Amino acid sequence: MMVKKGTWVRIHDIVLTSAERSPNIPEDTKEVPLEMWTKGFLQGDAVVGDVVKVRTITGRDVKGKLVEANPHYDHDYGRFVPEILEIGLQLKELLWGGDDHE
Amino acid sequence: MNRDMSFQAVMSRKSEIMKKAVGIDYSVFEYGKIAFDYERMMRETGYTLQEMQTIQGEAGVGNTPLLELKNLTALARKLAPEKKGARIFMKDEASNPSGSFKARRAANAVYHAKKLGNKGVIAATSGNYGAAVASQAAIHGLKCIIVQECYDSTGKGQPEIIEKARKCEAYGAEVIQLTVGPELFYTFLKLLEETGYFNASLYTPFGIAGVETLGYELAMQFREREGKDPDVVVCTNAGGGNLTGTARGLIKAGANDTIIVGASVNLKGLHMASDKDFNKKSFTTGHTGFGIPFSTWPDRSDVPRSAARPLRYMDRYVLVNQGEVFYMTEALAQLEGLERGPAGNTSLAAAFSIAQEMEKDQIIVVQETEYTGAGKHIQPQLSFARENGIEIQFGNPQEEIQGKNIILPKDPSFIKAIDLEMDKIRRSYIKNSIETNGIQNIKDEDIQFMAVETKTTVEFVKKVMEEL
Repeated sequence: MMVKKGTWVRIHDIVLTSAERSPNIPEDTKEVPLEMWTKGFLQGDAVVGDVVKVRTITGRDVKGKLVEANPHYDHDYGRFVPEILEIGLQLKELLWGGDDHE
Repeated sequence: MNRDMSFQAVMSRKSEIMKKAVGIDYSVFEYGKIAFDYERMMRETGYTLQEMQTIQGEAGVGNTPLLELKNLTALARKLAPEKKGARIFMKDEASNPSGSFKARRAANAVYHAKKLGNKGVIAATSGNYGAAVASQAAIHGLKCIIVQECYDSTGKGQPEIIEKARKCEAYGAEVIQLTVGPELFYTFLKLLEETGYFNASLYTPFGIAGVETLGYELAMQFREREGKDPDVVVCTNAGGGNLTGTARGLIKAGANDTIIVGASVNLKGLHMASDKDFNKKSFTTGHTGFGIPFSTWPDRSDVPRSAARPLRYMDRYVLVNQGEVFYMTEALAQLEGLERGPAGNTSLAAAFSIAQEMEKDQIIVVQETEYTGAGKHIQPQLSFARENGIEIQFGNPQEEIQGKNIILPKDPSFIKAIDLEMDKIRRSYIKNSIETNGIQNIKDEDIQFMAVETKTTVEFVKKVMEEL
């Protein structure tokens, strides 16, 4: 799908390939590249996967592979963790002894 | 610009880039083989307490509420031996503009950057400091770039760090997100060189001096309210700036008898630069992965001489486990009506345990809280842990195996702050100062310096040196 010039997008780039990485890092990290994600306004029409230029919010021009148009946050409060409920009930029981306090 | 931008070339320009980006020539404070004049550096490059109060006051930072946690105190007394159980207080630093005490550090650093005529500031941080710098940059009309270590190689990000990115962007900052690895520093240096912005390092004298107001306020608030200084102040310890600045502020107020305790979350066995371990951690700060190395080798930071030197001030260093901090975070919400972020509650878990050793008329203070929200909350952090194969169960937190499980205390009597042996940490500082830096022909002035650095004596340092 064509992404129009001026759209707020997210781009990806490889900063260091696995071979270029610092010698003083754990093996599992050395096996993978150092990757970077940046956001900015797309400087020309493009499709996802193209190498593009963006202008970041501070006005820097950065190149990278287009990964997403109108990137959004999807972090939330996660899935329900039932153990959490037990903590408050236990503490109130310990401190105020349940029914006596009502 | 036709400069060589390769990893090796940029790293070799480190000193030159840093000197320009911080505006301090650290070499003028150095003497001997190891030593440097810390107090002179703080005096000549930092700000006076009064100046800091003005700078912070104008930026809406500081003068945060001091809260007495009466229900948690009552609970601690139920568990403590007879006549024991100190009053637990908390300084609600979440009420600073960016939601944490880091606003104090950022206020000074950004003010200083503006004074020097910089157009923008850059900070390398995945934590609350990024949000603080972004917020202060917004107030002062400066541009801001935050560089984060955020994802593992599968592109999975820590929810807490993603939330911080959102918060930085909310203040108008540019956020650059990287996968795991210390070469973040390479990207950071390239950005400093490209933009000419100020390095709002966490470890400059301005940043650390910014936290002194916290310690000073604590002393003043307790004198007004209780007519005395707090007996114990517990500081969550990561890079050491929180503890250093708070302790210096207490000393500036004349609260010389207050015991300073550092507290970190125990993340033993999880390597900080490991791609695979990255998402097995349920804490992104306040943990031993920063706390121990930065205490025993403060100058590993992004400036030549860190102004955060926690061993100078620390009387005691305790560890708590992840499950204990999560439990206390929930306890704070359920018993005190205060929903705050987990990482800042590291010192709360420690204080809850230490209070039980103290007399009833004594006072123990948790000196900070941090904001909470999507991603940065006990619920998503435990949920994320479970998704990454970490078992969550009730039991004895001392049996927690970091990276495998999180053990929530089966009742609050299982919350126990475990003391680290201070002399062992001090020895490790001395060893790092000498051996890691390959220093020979140590001078008397270096020995004296290391004694001050470790809050010990010349005899202690000499004894450790003989054992090396």
